[in-house]
Amino acid sequence: MLSISNLGVIFTQYDQGLRRKQLTVITALDLDVQAGEVVAVVGASGSGKSLLAHALLGILPENAAMSGTLQFQGEPLTPERSRSLRGKAIALIPQSVGYLDPLMRVGKQVQRVAQLAGQSKANASTSVDRTFARYDLPMATRDRYPFELSGGMARRILVSTAVVTQAQLVIADEPTPGLHPDVVRETLSHLRELAREGRGVILITHDIEAALQIADRVAVFYAGTTVEIAASKDFSLGNLRHPYTQALWRSLPQNEFVPVPGNQPSPEHLPEGCLFSDRCPWVSDICRAERPPLRQLPRIG
Amino acid sequence: MQIRLLLVFAAQKLLRLGRLLMAVAVFTFVLLSFSPIDPVKAYIGADMMQISADQQALIAERWGLDQPMWSRFLDWLGQLLQGNLGTSLVFNQPVSEVIASRFQASLQMLAIAWLLSGLLGLALGLIAGALEGHWIDRLIRLYAYTLASSPTFWVALLLLIVFAVSFKIAPICCAAPPGVLSQNVTFWQHLHHLLLPAVALSIIGIANIALHTRQKLIDVLHSDYVLFARAQGESLWNIVRYHGFRNILLPAITLQFASLSELFGGSVLVEQVFAYPGLGEATVQAALRSDIPLLVGIVFFSALFVYTGNTLADLSYPIIDPRIRLGGQ
Amino acid sequence: MTITVNSPQKSPQKLWRIWRQNNRRQQTLGAIVLGTLFLLGIIVSPWFLGESGLSTVLTQRNQPPSLAHLFGTDWLGRDMLRRSLHGLSLSLRVGLLAASVSALIGTGLGLAAGTFGGWVDAVIIWIVDVFFSLPHLVLLILIAFAVGGGTKGVIIAVALTHWTSLARVIRAEVLQTNSSDYVHLSRHLGKSSLWIARHHMVPHIVPQLLVGLILLFPHAILHEAALSFIGIGLSPHLPAIGIILAESMRHLSTGYWWLGVMPGILLLLAVKAFDWLGENLRSLFDPKTSQG
Ligand code: SF4
Repeated sequence: MLSISNLGVIFTQYDQGLRRKQLTVITALDLDVQAGEVVAVVGASGSGKSLLAHALLGILPENAAMSGTLQFQGEPLTPERSRSLRGKAIALIPQSVGYLDPLMRVGKQVQRVAQLAGQSKANASTSVDRTFARYDLPMATRDRYPFELSGGMARRILVSTAVVTQAQLVIADEPTPGLHPDVVRETLSHLRELAREGRGVILITHDIEAALQIADRVAVFYAGTTVEIAASKDFSLGNLRHPYTQALWRSLPQNEFVPVPGNQPSPEHLPEGCLFSDRCPWVSDICRAERPPLRQLPRIG
Repeated sequence: MQIRLLLVFAAQKLLRLGRLLMAVAVFTFVLLSFSPIDPVKAYIGADMMQISADQQALIAERWGLDQPMWSRFLDWLGQLLQGNLGTSLVFNQPVSEVIASRFQASLQMLAIAWLLSGLLGLALGLIAGALEGHWIDRLIRLYAYTLASSPTFWVALLLLIVFAVSFKIAPICCAAPPGVLSQNVTFWQHLHHLLLPAVALSIIGIANIALHTRQKLIDVLHSDYVLFARAQGESLWNIVRYHGFRNILLPAITLQFASLSELFGGSVLVEQVFAYPGLGEATVQAALRSDIPLLVGIVFFSALFVYTGNTLADLSYPIIDPRIRLGGQ
Repeated sequence: MTITVNSPQKSPQKLWRIWRQNNRRQQTLGAIVLGTLFLLGIIVSPWFLGESGLSTVLTQRNQPPSLAHLFGTDWLGRDMLRRSLHGLSLSLRVGLLAASVSALIGTGLGLAAGTFGGWVDAVIIWIVDVFFSLPHLVLLILIAFAVGGGTKGVIIAVALTHWTSLARVIRAEVLQTNSSDYVHLSRHLGKSSLWIARHHMVPHIVPQLLVGLILLFPHAILHEAALSFIGIGLSPHLPAIGIILAESMRHLSTGYWWLGVMPGILLLLAVKAFDWLGENLRSLFDPKTSQG
């Protein structure tokens, strides 16, 4: 349903003394999502995962320039098409209540989302009622302000904003950090449910454990590139190919719990060759000279 | 519950006002007592030559000028607390009466100017902020920055030249046509004389409100919740309508009430240009003709005026922003 | 079919924007040089012009602006451009002096409040509060009046009332720098307060001070002009810009508009030049907070 290949994003910025500089924040991202599946996108902050969501929705900042190939439901996803599809066919579940207008009652905000997706005012109101009921949100919640919501309620309201639309593609941007484990589980199960209804779900997170719980496949981002896309079961089976993915897996508490040494290169100083070369245990001269492209490998097992 | 909060709020505010006026009293008194201006001389003015040294001493004694500073201060403070601001030398009337009647004349002008600057400033700021970087934004900004650096009295002067001298559609001065007694002035004559000074006064405020509103709207447009609204497909104008306006209103209102201070200062200059007999003009008279009681009275009154504005701003918070409760919990 | 999405199309507007972006640094530097030259030019102009054109020429009375007299002439036949330049130069010098004193006060009090904290901080904040509780112009009139008016009165009044915002900025900057990690680190390393002040505080505060000072000038100059205009400032015998404008009031109804309009435009240009200078300096030091 969605396929992205070789997406690049460049920002233009000004330094002290007004020197102009270009930041390559996304170098080469690849991803594809089918209807009814949950694809997790994992990576450290700065790996370009949130920008990917913004690029899909056409809400990158003005100083950003995009390149590469985007396709949605068989047709190219130009910025113009993003603009007409967002909120209707493509929906975002934001990170936190900070993404709700602090001065507007939440019922009204969710209703507004439904209206923007093309429903009449009356229909929108009933879909809000229906959705709130589906997520066990009392009717009185409609009249609350975002700052009056508990963490769990806030999560369910944010999921509601995607559910009131009929969006085929739902992008959940970091929906779990800082939440109580029960709320995390609940939120993840809501996302899985959305996929069961036939929607495609992109789960953006830096929490591999959360990702592995519900995702069918996991894409690993590093410094603005896709380093590996693996099936969830490949992780526990040990079928991981890229050294970064392996290192991430090893860094989990239930595994060896060793952090990946070193730091992600900053977009100001990207290395010439493979972006992972300064941290890779298997680095060789070819790696430093040239960036390896993503390759399709036959499924193992 | 609400009533109790309101009472606590009122008590707090009154207490702060008392402290503030006290501070202003100390400040004014110290300033004036170190001043090289001899109050006796200032009072007698040109007739100084004809008054003997004995008579001067007598006046000084009657005014308690021979007492030490702190006792004079207490004396003066006692009078103030009884509501006695003294007698204006220029107008030969109790200061409180002068201020009351002059302020009445200024109030309508201030009110019109305040509303005009608030509404126009808000509108211009919203347009410029929403169209950040567009030529319309540049134009509005150029206009606002130019206004912000224009001398108030010169803007008033320009309006006078254009509307009163060239087009002759506005009166050149004063609050009433020459020769008409104040009780015979019709409503339209009144408005006719009021409008141009009020417009001149409002022009100063517009720039400030517009620039702040613009900046605030830009901040809002860069916020996470607007990003989310855009992700939902909300159009720019609807974002401004549903989210921008709501979130901008509070700072705009605070600023608008805080602008009472500048408005008051502006009215001094504008009334001077239009020879409009309001409180501002009285301020200039008091300073030029060394009318210390009147000047001090006006200083107190202006502090009260500014304080009222700030209190109104505080009161408006909880109405607009549900996150803020009265009394600061 | 797939297409390649390539945003930076080379439309004329885009090219124009790119050209502007590339040249922003040069433009900013150019603006700073230009603004400085313009203002310096006004300030030194009386020494080049001398007294010529300021004498009464009865045949040249009340001439509207023309090529010979760009700003026209007044009721005594004096050239208004020369009078305005003289007046503005005087006003600028008075304003600059007062603003510099004010900046010194502001820096001193801001540093004191930020460094000592405690009751020093409390007293300074209290003074700032009292100052903000009165309309600025009323405060100016009160102080100018109390110190006896005249040129001295204006300078003292303007100097005493313009330091508050700068003091606040400096105080905040000191507090922020003080609590930063590298200052803590220096403390742990046993560096003296003076060393910290020189190596960490000064580099942060000097740019703020410079921009603050320059942005203070226009306010000071406008207030000087306002005080002179209402008659509480410079003596009517000095040709300050406020005095020239006040005089023009008397000739308004006769239709000699240029007496009021032209000197005002010059004053406006000078004030704008200061604003422009301050903004450009600020964007050079700190590109993020400036308006592009
Ligand atoms: S450095 Fe070489 S071996 Fe390591 S990840 Fe990059 S390309 Fe692969």
